[in-house]
Amino acid sequence: MAKRIDVSGLNAYYGSFLAIEDISMAVEPHSVTAFIGPSGCGKSTFLRTLNRMHEVTPGGRVEGKVMLDDENLYGAGIDPVAVRREVGMVFQRPNPFPTMSVYDNVAAGLRLNGSHRKAALDDIVEKSLRGANLWNEVKDRLNKPGSGLSGGQQQRLCIARAIAVEPDVLLMDEPCSALDPISTLAIEDLIGELKERFTIVIVTHNMQQAARVSDRTAFFNLAAVGRPGKLIEIDDTERIFSNPSVQATEDYISGRFG
Amino acid sequence: MDTTTATHQQTEPPTPEAGAERAARGATRPGDRIFLGLSRGSGILVLIVMAAIAAFLTYRSVLALSENEADFLTSFEWDPSGSPPRFGIAVLAFGTVVSSVIAMAIAVPVAVGIALFITHYAPRKLGGTIAYVIDLLAAVPSIVYGLWGALALVPHLNGLYGWLDDYFGWTGVLSWSGGPARSLFTVGILLAIMILPIITNVSREVFRQVPRTHEEAALALGATRWEVIRMAVLPFGRSGVISASMLGLGRALGETMAVAMVLSPVFDIRASLLEPGGGTFAQNIASKFNEATVMGQDALIASGLVLFVITLLVNGAARLIIARRKEYSGANA
Repeated sequence: MAKRIDVSGLNAYYGSFLAIEDISMAVEPHSVTAFIGPSGCGKSTFLRTLNRMHEVTPGGRVEGKVMLDDENLYGAGIDPVAVRREVGMVFQRPNPFPTMSVYDNVAAGLRLNGSHRKAALDDIVEKSLRGANLWNEVKDRLNKPGSGLSGGQQQRLCIARAIAVEPDVLLMDEPCSALDPISTLAIEDLIGELKERFTIVIVTHNMQQAARVSDRTAFFNLAAVGRPGKLIEIDDTERIFSNPSVQATEDYISGRFG
Repeated sequence: MDTTTATHQQTEPPTPEAGAERAARGATRPGDRIFLGLSRGSGILVLIVMAAIAAFLTYRSVLALSENEADFLTSFEWDPSGSPPRFGIAVLAFGTVVSSVIAMAIAVPVAVGIALFITHYAPRKLGGTIAYVIDLLAAVPSIVYGLWGALALVPHLNGLYGWLDDYFGWTGVLSWSGGPARSLFTVGILLAIMILPIITNVSREVFRQVPRTHEEAALALGATRWEVIRMAVLPFGRSGVISASMLGLGRALGETMAVAMVLSPVFDIRASLLEPGGGTFAQNIASKFNEATVMGQDALIASGLVLFVITLLVNGAARLIIARRKEYSGANA
């Protein structure tokens, strides 16, 4: 279940380009941590180092340590595939498998983990769809293609797919940026419920969203284009938005940035 | 309305009314009128040419078929110049279908494998080199494949034939009595090599278009590379691979010179695929046309019509398969 993340001295590269430099932070279990910062500051890159998705990009490379409770995700002998089964991810654009039905989309991760009996699978699919506040909308069309749902429903379907495998951590990379305000609200409500079960990290460009959903907020910035992104500060969300300890953070959240 | 739907509406083709309105407005300018006339004329021309070919083939076929004393669909004979003329297409239909099926059975899995390797496994440079070599393979004229097949492939297949006979000879379908390997099976192998490039290239393009987001979705669920291919790449590429295979099948069904140069000209259906002899529609037309009487030509034309119909049926079936899963295709993602 929900685990603590402890990052220390983390660098991530694209080829020889250092994209984020020397990041250390801790994320408590059952909390929502928001990453904010200007485009290109490396917050998505950092998010993707937390489930070892960064290295699937050609040239992607990571140095440093990411501890998930007592396990170093970048330790020797750790299989990235196994890491990704413990750390789920929801992407910027809803990406249900277009060739699969709603049901199969949710069951996809379970089927990867081995065969499940139909009845058990039915239960988990229903539970996951309920967990994503989608069950009532799709229970009569479980066998219809997932790509036929609305954008907001598709994103909740992706959340259901991610939580079906019971990960320890749920990463969300700007999950609402392709959605309208009402769908966004639905997802934000959902995040509040999901933190009862998971550790949640969310990247967002929407500062109101960060203020609404998160317990802790991390501000990332970069000195200039072509320079590595850095973690400027991480603190309780309330404090970041009222009285941050670094001037750059205050400039950014109050719109005096750049 | 959410934003995804909005983007879809922007990318949808213009409604017919809008198109018609634009055409009506455009037609008032001379340049547009000339272009409209040219393009409409080209479209009509294609229809006229097709209709003329069909009419000619049907007319000549009917001439031959009305004189034919044998059952056109089931007879093993081919003697259109005799009196009375007796000819049938059973041997040709069997040979054409069997050699093409063998070719597909070999070529499709290999082509899909190559395409996956190029797009998802090979380092970019190696993938590019392989893709280039495959393109070269497509550029080789079929007569060259025929030469290679007859002079290089046939003499070297004795080992394979002996092995097949040892282990599968008991089935009867793969027994071999030691004759030259100028059989439908060899034709199938040769056709497989010839249709490999087209299937590979089309499949490669389809696999390359699999959205990165779908592959990442699978990766983030903890899929291995093979599982990513099974969950995201193959389902997305399915209809494309079917289309690619149909293109290949079309070529295999109609291939002429290479088959004519390899296949032993014994006009018969052999129980074993490894025994020399058999025939295909295209090969039969090519090898008999020059010395054919008028009646002989008409009989060959009738057989050509049957090949045409078979090809149409195959294409129709492929379209059905693709259409049946349309709502699941990646197109609406």
